[in-house]
Amino acid sequence: MAAFGKRIFILGLINIWRHRLRSTLTILGIVFGVCSVIAMLAIGEGASYEAQEQIRKLGSQNIIIKSVKPPSKETVNVETSFLREYGLTYKDAERIRDTIPAVEVIVPSRNIRANVVYRGKMLDANAIGVVPWYPEISSQKVSAGRFINASEMEDHKNVCVISDDLAKRLFTHQAPLGEVIQVKGDYYKVIGILQKSGATATSQTEGPAPLNLYIPLTAAKSRFGDVIMTRSSGTFSAEKVELHEIIAKVKELGQVMMTSEVIRDTLKRFHKEMDYEVIVPLELLRQAERTKRIFNIVLGSIAAISLLVGGIGIMNIMLASVTERTREIGIRRALGAKRRDIIIQFLTETVLLSGSGGVIGLAIGVLIPYLITRFAEMETIIRAWSLMGAFGISLLIGIVFGMYPAYRAAIMDPITALRHE
Amino acid sequence: MAIVQAIDLEKRYQMGSEWVVALSEVNVSVEKGEYVAIMGPSGSGKSTFLNLLGCLDKPTKGQYILGEDDVSTLSDNDLSEIRCKRIGFIFQSFNLISELSVIENIEVPMFYDGTHEKESEERAAELARRVGLGHRLNHHPNELSGGERQRVAIARALANDPLLILADEPTGNLDSRSGSEILAILDSLHQEEKTIIIVTHDENVAKRTESIIRFSDGKVVADGTRSSKVN
Repeated sequence: MAAFGKRIFILGLINIWRHRLRSTLTILGIVFGVCSVIAMLAIGEGASYEAQEQIRKLGSQNIIIKSVKPPSKETVNVETSFLREYGLTYKDAERIRDTIPAVEVIVPSRNIRANVVYRGKMLDANAIGVVPWYPEISSQKVSAGRFINASEMEDHKNVCVISDDLAKRLFTHQAPLGEVIQVKGDYYKVIGILQKSGATATSQTEGPAPLNLYIPLTAAKSRFGDVIMTRSSGTFSAEKVELHEIIAKVKELGQVMMTSEVIRDTLKRFHKEMDYEVIVPLELLRQAERTKRIFNIVLGSIAAISLLVGGIGIMNIMLASVTERTREIGIRRALGAKRRDIIIQFLTETVLLSGSGGVIGLAIGVLIPYLITRFAEMETIIRAWSLMGAFGISLLIGIVFGMYPAYRAAIMDPITALRHE
Repeated sequence: MAIVQAIDLEKRYQMGSEWVVALSEVNVSVEKGEYVAIMGPSGSGKSTFLNLLGCLDKPTKGQYILGEDDVSTLSDNDLSEIRCKRIGFIFQSFNLISELSVIENIEVPMFYDGTHEKESEERAAELARRVGLGHRLNHHPNELSGGERQRVAIARALANDPLLILADEPTGNLDSRSGSEILAILDSLHQEEKTIIIVTHDENVAKRTESIIRFSDGKVVADGTRSSKVN
């Protein structure tokens, strides 16, 4: 039986090889189907993985509240609009901390754009005023030195912890720890360096990693004040923002959604305008998962259609092949082939066709994500199940669409088949 | 011992609403080792009879005993197996599979019989040598002359050492020289006590056989005894 299988297999290969061009054209549908499924899944997986990673870095137990500049009203005159006051206040942070028991840690922060100068080298960076327990809610870890401590916070000390990128760009020859850098005219001692990471809890989710330096919130308040002046194309504008961001860490994952509602309600009571936004990473994560699921369904349907078309193509060719080889079928039947043998022969050939289509599709399908990652610098993830699934389906297509032609071949009357010219 | 016994064989076909009788009341018996010719004009029923003998078709009525078994009521599957093990076909138009080489063509019946690959290869090579094609094992049918092709077909017919060899006008597509080579091989098979039934138009071919069964209008008009040969 094993020998029988082997010879049928070889016979199938010979027949496919004899009609190289036809076979190639026949399996194109399957090739494209399989490779597009794998490539699209890899791109989809990569994109959603990246998005989910970024959201996860924000912390699934965190609720992030950001100050947002409200849209300016037309009725406001020039004098009052010179100083715009909006955003989160220290009071908001206190209120959330004191009135919502589900919140475990609360991290208020200020975010100020500042020039950082060291030995004549100047860089544009974010000076972020934070509290000593900031690392608790952040995914960032200190890689050298230490983070700001409580006494430095209390004493409004001019110390800073800098991000990895900033350290690399500012200090090309020296070890940063212990050095003193100038930020907006004041001097700060570098006490720590943060580990490199893709995204931070306080920054946006896109673009290159920003150059950050972290200083005590108290120092930020006393050095920079609450009013931030910006000068753009000849006009002055000043904004008063107490806090740029508050991150509330919820004790338990199950309470995140509920707590976010409570925070929204609390803030609504004390803010006339929508000068803040509440970001719930967990909500975003769930949203991303839903999006991914829909994406997969759409993808699956496209794949199913293309494979169906490919399968019909194969069936069409196999039907033609059966007619073409009527005489051969007659001879085989006369010499003792059972109907089953004929079915096996043609089915093997169809499965070989669709299977080789699957293999080629697999190869191209793996190559495409590789090229995309290489040249478009987009993350792609090829999952083992997508390879096995796509290949399995290509074999299944061979069986399903090979059945009818094989059956047609098998039910032929041997006498008529032998007379066929 | 009778290898072939046809008892009251009848074959009818439905053509539209009418039944056409292709064969009726056929009683034929062929002994082991006998060399028999079947003759008759076109449409006389001899092809239908050959199809029945070859288990390619089933009789509408009557019995066909091949060896010791009544094969007239067997299923398609069983008939395939009977064809494989007990019958060797030689066709007028050779009917070799063009994709396969000489040796592979000879191996086809053994392939369906489940013969071990190595054994089958050896036997096929031996049979090819026997019909004088030992030097052409890996040639394909289109590289062979008509006579050579028919010799491959004879080797193939012998592959499973069948009870009965059926030859349907084996020299019909050949020139006289190749034809007589083929007939010589059939003669030698006859010497070896093989049972051969040959359908032919050619009286000269028929003369080499031991007996002739003549068909006309779906009936046997002269039975295959030695006396009828003189007829």
